[in-house]
Amino acid sequence: MSKTKVVNTQIRSVDGKGIMMGRQAYTDDFSQPGALVLKVLRSPHAYAKINRIDTTEALKTPGVECVLTHKDFKRNAHTRAGQGYPEPSPHDKFALDSMVRYIGDEVAVVAAKTKTIAEEALEKINVDYEVLDPVLDFEKAMDNKTLVHPEEDIHEMFPIGFDPKRNLAASYHMEVGDIEKTLDESEVKITHSFYTQAQQHTALEPHSVNAHIDVQNRLTIYSSTQTPFHVRRIIAQVLEVPLSRIRVIKPRVGGGFGGKQAIHGEILAAAVTLKTGKATTLTYTRKEVFEATYSRHPMRLDVRIGANKDGTIRGIDFYGLSDTGAYGEHALTVFMVTGSKVLPLYNKVDSVRFHGHVVYTNHTPAGAFRGYGAIQGNFALESAIDMLANKLGMDPVALREKNMMREGETSPIFSIMGEGTEGTAMDMESCKLPYCVKRGSELVDWKNRYPRYEERENTIRSVGMAIAMQGSGIPYIDMGAATIKLNDDGFYNLLVGATDIGQGSDTILAQIAAEALGTTTENIIVYSSDSDLTPFDVGAYASSTTYVSGNAVLKAAKSMRNMLLKEASKVLDTDFDSLEFDGATFKSKKDAITLKDLSNRLTYNEDQKQLTATESYVGHKSPPPFMAGFCTIEIDKETGEFDVLDYTSVVDCGVTINPKLAQGQVEGGVVQGLGMAAYEDLQYTKKGRNLTSDMMTYRIPGQKEIHSLTTEFAISHEESGPYGAKSVGEIGIDTPPAALANAVYNALGVRITTLPITPEKIQKALKQKEKAQ
Amino acid sequence: MKIELTVNGGREIFDVAPDEMLLDTLRSHGFKSVRRGCDTTSCGVCTVLVDGLLVPSCSYLSVRAEGKHVTTVEGIPEEASKLSEHFGDEGADQCGFCNAGIALSVHALKNRTTSPDEDTIKDALTGHLCRCTGYVSQLKAIKAYLKEGDNE
Repeated sequence: MSKTKVVNTQIRSVDGKGIMMGRQAYTDDFSQPGALVLKVLRSPHAYAKINRIDTTEALKTPGVECVLTHKDFKRNAHTRAGQGYPEPSPHDKFALDSMVRYIGDEVAVVAAKTKTIAEEALEKINVDYEVLDPVLDFEKAMDNKTLVHPEEDIHEMFPIGFDPKRNLAASYHMEVGDIEKTLDESEVKITHSFYTQAQQHTALEPHSVNAHIDVQNRLTIYSSTQTPFHVRRIIAQVLEVPLSRIRVIKPRVGGGFGGKQAIHGEILAAAVTLKTGKATTLTYTRKEVFEATYSRHPMRLDVRIGANKDGTIRGIDFYGLSDTGAYGEHALTVFMVTGSKVLPLYNKVDSVRFHGHVVYTNHTPAGAFRGYGAIQGNFALESAIDMLANKLGMDPVALREKNMMREGETSPIFSIMGEGTEGTAMDMESCKLPYCVKRGSELVDWKNRYPRYEERENTIRSVGMAIAMQGSGIPYIDMGAATIKLNDDGFYNLLVGATDIGQGSDTILAQIAAEALGTTTENIIVYSSDSDLTPFDVGAYASSTTYVSGNAVLKAAKSMRNMLLKEASKVLDTDFDSLEFDGATFKSKKDAITLKDLSNRLTYNEDQKQLTATESYVGHKSPPPFMAGFCTIEIDKETGEFDVLDYTSVVDCGVTINPKLAQGQVEGGVVQGLGMAAYEDLQYTKKGRNLTSDMMTYRIPGQKEIHSLTTEFAISHEESGPYGAKSVGEIGIDTPPAALANAVYNALGVRITTLPITPEKIQKALKQKEKAQ
Repeated sequence: MKIELTVNGGREIFDVAPDEMLLDTLRSHGFKSVRRGCDTTSCGVCTVLVDGLLVPSCSYLSVRAEGKHVTTVEGIPEEASKLSEHFGDEGADQCGFCNAGIALSVHALKNRTTSPDEDTIKDALTGHLCRCTGYVSQLKAIKAYLKEGDNE
């Protein structure tokens, strides 16, 4: 590898200064002055049929422009999930429906001159609900007498195990070898069930959309979305507007984490604007974000592991039950990732099985969330691996080192399991997992500190660890494209469909282009995610942007470089190959021309033309990033209260395009993972009401909970990635739940198998342990 | 009703509803740096200074600002610009939604203390939630910024 100049160096993000200084940046900042304010009437019942809905009084309120109910929409079944088309999520949602399936489900939308008037009008909508018995226990949902989706006009786009008559949004089964036989033959076995909870993304920017009709009579939508092109497609489908009449612009997004990988509010805003011809604006309240967007899929995972006494893991069996809530968005794909991005970690097994069901309930829908199933699977598997180590009397690090994936190896799971479809076979051309484990062990002094250290009268310190993998985009499905345009004076525009949601993709894509063109990021002006102006990209999900969109940018930059060389060779009257270009000047053996002069000449003087290069990339594999995570805690031996003293991450994400932004992805992921591990938990009443629908009752990690994060990257180079890069957006979130559970066990000898791991649960387990002794 | 106040040094007369919050008033008059986050004073993105004191504008009635001096991040451009460079150096800006509020808290901290220790800085930042960074990079950036201020 030759040394890079811009890639793998620290540069400041391209827009950080503007944002800190308070420039107009996010969706709501672009609302039209005087836009109609939208408010949504939401169901107070977990399950009900709307017998009658009367909007007369609401419409009489001065300042109310329009009220839309299910009667105003054609029944076009769709999925709100922002995924490649045809989507692997069932089309089970209607813009508005006469059935409401969770507390928070949309009933009607009011458009008024002010927020106060809109809220007043909401109170005046008269709804006669026939309240139905909801299904709220996901373990009783399958084959329950209550059907969440009894309607006939819903469907799957291709076989995903969708069976609404059994409350199944999706189901899946795969097996390599003969798992029952392998487990029978195994000398040591672990059998346990693990539960993961509903977690909320809590991006600080609430979901926001505004719409207006432009001067060409087209619908223009600003949306805080991760998937602007999917938003355009879904709106066109649901409202039966030609795609050509819709423009979707994604300005700066204030955090996504998967919560904005879907339509939330865009259809209602678009519908009111189309009906009234007037500009609209809709920003969810925090309560609406909690009650009516998405959570992470809660799951039960039944795990069986079989091993030999020497620590050779022979077989792993996973049965999973996942709660998708009222709609099946991302139901199958999240579920498959629970297996496909977890089980290959132990690739030397004789047999492995992954199967299960994704059920409908009357909870707030679950959807995409950073980790996307892998964090759930990781908690179960990496807890069970430590249980196995304990049973074998082995050091958990040694057990992992003996069995884990190594460079050059593969797993049959890669070709079997994709996301909703079959997968893609691949070898691990870059896998520094052994280094990550070894280095992390050194950093936390595992040798001396495992299982626990510094015991005091009331407290004890301990360490726990877990390993993880993720992917880099969805091969053969997800496409990203990039256009590079040369300007007079010799600078470039980089137009990408890739969606910066705060992860810094605008910056790292500019770095890739700058590297290939031999220039600096100051000369690359990035503009992203505008369906009229930028080329297509599936959006920010599946850890795809660095790898997929990054490869597209690299191809486009190389193509631009060739165009420039061709033009320069004409000017300098020499052949293409004998030219040198350092990013600023083209040199032949006897002559030279600067890029600035060349571009000015091409613009104004001779042989005039606009140079643009557009290239696309679709992955042929999804090289996984790997990580070893180590959690150091101090825990009170009686109360179970604990502090995470440090979380150490050693990550193989290939070459980091921007080391500090990559570190930010890992650390942000780790802290979000610690939130899931230790306290975030959406709580519902027996009637299905969310008890934690604000940021006082739903606590995310704050400044004071995070004491120390240690983050390092392995030296690694992924040949297929742009300048050797793999993805880094999700990998950080996966290990904390299991690493914390393992640390708690190593401290006190109690195993918590239901997330979050709270002092109450630890105390209860301690009491049970005492009783048993 | 009409209220008269000073925003970032400029005199303003705003027509506000009696139950209107300062967040809505400021945003509707173009001060877009003041963001809406949680509606319950928990997250810190709507932070502004009223007569030098930090307040969550989502829960501060606009009428209370009558006759007072309000500062948003637009009012401290040089400080915000410098702080942003430290955030950039640490990769701490990410989505940026919390940054303007943090800049105001750092500004207030700088005004009331010199060379604050880590605990004091953390105390000053507790009102600001961030879902992107994990806090450590932000803290490093703020420390570096404050240190630079000390050396000036």
